[in-house]
Amino acid sequence: MKNLIKLLKTSPISARFGLIVITLSLIVALLAPLLAPYGESEIVAQVWLSSSHDHPLGTDQLGRDMVSRLIYGARNSIAIAFLTTMIAFGVGAILGLIAATTGGWLDNLLSRIVDIFMAFPTLILALMILSILGTSIPVLIVVVALLDSTRVFRLARALAMDIAIMEFVDAARLRGEKTFYIVRREILPNALPALIAEFGLRFCFIFLFISSLSFLGLGIQPPTADWGSMVRENSGAINFGIIAPLYPAGTIALITVSINLVVDWFLQRSAQIRA
Amino acid sequence: MMNKDRLLTISNLQIEGRQDEQWKPIVRGVDVHLNRGQVLGIIGESGAGKSTIGLAAMGYAREGCRISGGTINFLGQDLRKASERELENIRGFKIAYVAQSAAASFNPSHKLMTQFAEIPLEHKMMSMAEIRQKAVGLYTRLFLPDPEGIGFRYPHQVSGGQLQRAMVAMAMACDPEIIIFDEPTTALDVTTQIEVLSAIKEVISRSNCAAIYITHDLAVVAQLADRIMVLKNGQLVEEGQARTILAEPKEKYTADLLAVRRQVKEIRPAIKEEPLLKVENITAAYKTGLPVLHNVSFDVHRGRTVAVVGESGSGKTSVARVITGFLPQTEGMVYFDGLAMSPFLKRRDKDRLRKWQMIFQMPDVAVNPRHKVKEIIGRPISFYYGSGKKEIRKRVDELLDMIELDPSYVDRYPSELSGGEKQRVCIARALAANPELIICDEVTSALDQLVAEEILKLLQRLQDELKMSYLFITHDLATVKAIADDVVVMYQGRVVEQGARQEVFTPPHHEYTELLLSSVPEMDPDWLDHVLEQRKKKEKNV
Repeated sequence: MKNLIKLLKTSPISARFGLIVITLSLIVALLAPLLAPYGESEIVAQVWLSSSHDHPLGTDQLGRDMVSRLIYGARNSIAIAFLTTMIAFGVGAILGLIAATTGGWLDNLLSRIVDIFMAFPTLILALMILSILGTSIPVLIVVVALLDSTRVFRLARALAMDIAIMEFVDAARLRGEKTFYIVRREILPNALPALIAEFGLRFCFIFLFISSLSFLGLGIQPPTADWGSMVRENSGAINFGIIAPLYPAGTIALITVSINLVVDWFLQRSAQIRA
Repeated sequence: MMNKDRLLTISNLQIEGRQDEQWKPIVRGVDVHLNRGQVLGIIGESGAGKSTIGLAAMGYAREGCRISGGTINFLGQDLRKASERELENIRGFKIAYVAQSAAASFNPSHKLMTQFAEIPLEHKMMSMAEIRQKAVGLYTRLFLPDPEGIGFRYPHQVSGGQLQRAMVAMAMACDPEIIIFDEPTTALDVTTQIEVLSAIKEVISRSNCAAIYITHDLAVVAQLADRIMVLKNGQLVEEGQARTILAEPKEKYTADLLAVRRQVKEIRPAIKEEPLLKVENITAAYKTGLPVLHNVSFDVHRGRTVAVVGESGSGKTSVARVITGFLPQTEGMVYFDGLAMSPFLKRRDKDRLRKWQMIFQMPDVAVNPRHKVKEIIGRPISFYYGSGKKEIRKRVDELLDMIELDPSYVDRYPSELSGGEKQRVCIARALAANPELIICDEVTSALDQLVAEEILKLLQRLQDELKMSYLFITHDLATVKAIADDVVVMYQGRVVEQGARQEVFTPPHHEYTELLLSSVPEMDPDWLDHVLEQRKKKEKNV
């Protein structure tokens, strides 16, 4: 804990900004029902009102309160993106590390499967699969996670390849250790800093990916509030000079920029430690 | 005290390096002076600041370092005050630098001649035709084969020793006033080292330039230097004429450096029992390509040390890889304790694996940087014996005591240990399994000489106490003398000579053993001249 405080004290201003934004959004997401002045899908006023005392950011295309929608949207967007990233990392990192450590046919098999998936543009592949399987939230999470895990697999495999040729891994092999021990105890701790940095970046990509899926109508379905779908639903307003779609777009930008600031700081730090 | 032969005067040089956000001293007030025609040897162990001083002589400080005090006077000009422009006209031109690894210093995509011509062309000194002529002249003087044609080859088309000499030629292209040699032979085999050394000596003695020769090896510097400076932790320990320092060192540190590598193991009679490890007619090859081992056989007896000696490419490391199961052999068999071992590591059973352990060349990468010492040493105990936490802790303390490290080291990470301490931890990790045989792959070559000697002494003491056998893979004959009972000499994947150490090391030798033995530098300033003379005589007789 002390170390953490010390670490924060030495952090650059950009990283602090990022951390504050992330913390605030997490609090908002957790306490959404308490903070939101109106319900998630409650129609409270006329369509596309501009800001007023009752509705600080106005209302959306159905007359729902924009602030409440944004607050509930934080909950859905962040939670879904986080869960998806976790699954993508769990699957991708474990398979990647195992492939690099064992080598041989298993590595070949996994790598070729990944190659096949990576050969298709992800968005088109995702649209196709989601059109077939339907667009419930669990399906969305699993499909996006598996598609993204191919990228994580590549990274984890490349990292582990470099570590697996180190003599301490040879020493463990000579001792007769099982592959699982070597992956878990010898390789993973050394690959972790790079994986964590990648986690932050992947989270951003997945966040944007789900937003773009929602924007195309195959992501999170109405009336669930989600920043990506909010942009789509309100996009017509721009024609009338109403800025309603810019609010959810702005929050998406804010959170991705914040996460990247923190990730940059982390990358810089781990580079310093290595040097 | 200005004299007209004085080229370089460095006084009270202070250099700092950036570490943990702070400037820490690397060189603390060193004076260096160099006259025309002189060779100054700078020796010291790693961290002594010798390379840093060498670079400072060109007014240069490495990334993360700064020259914080003192003056560097080259021919009346203070290099610390010189502009980048002026320095460019000096570096590579008036003062040239020969780095440790020629392979890393040459651009792999240009021919040697193109790189040779770079600086002369930039300074518009000579025409291309003159440059070619000059290069061929230098290549000839450096005894490079085919001096006319070698300049038109790419760096990867010549051997390591030849490349190092080509780099010396490049440094001499503009007839510099000073050449700085930074460990130019350290990465080379002994038989190649002697070629490069004699070429450097020849070239320096014929030209009018001065040289600074930086190395950790006193025996090497003794062959070239007129004057020697001994450094430790960025400070001067002793300075004097080469012969004086070698004959009667004033400081204990210098005496220690001189005494190093003179350790000789007592002769122990051979045993006539069933060998612990029997390597029989091994032939092996990497996936693609020709066999790297041809019909290799030797035995390791209980309680004895066998050294497998050879240069890079001799197949000595491949032997270790076959025995450990990393490189399955195509023919032949390895027997341990009378039982045939599967060529494949995965098919060997755990108890058998426990009985031989390995210590690696690079202690830095042989321990997991994210594990604490107690985990590194403790893992074999829990893995092989399934011991509980308390037992492991007790045994770890015991092992730390055996390798002469304080019990408080258990909670340290490898980054908090020195190179020698890391190697000790590796030894403890091997001992933790209670092995009958330890394979030591170049265990001292990454360490400073004094530290290496301590490690060898430790290994010897452990063998006396625990009666283990050692299989030493090494290129260093001083190590062999210090620790081996039996010697296997390898050359190009074959065993050329083997037997008890005293037999292999007393004439008559196999031709290659002879070459190897005579190439090891001795602490005698006349050694190089003698060896070269003898070799010439022999050639005449043939």
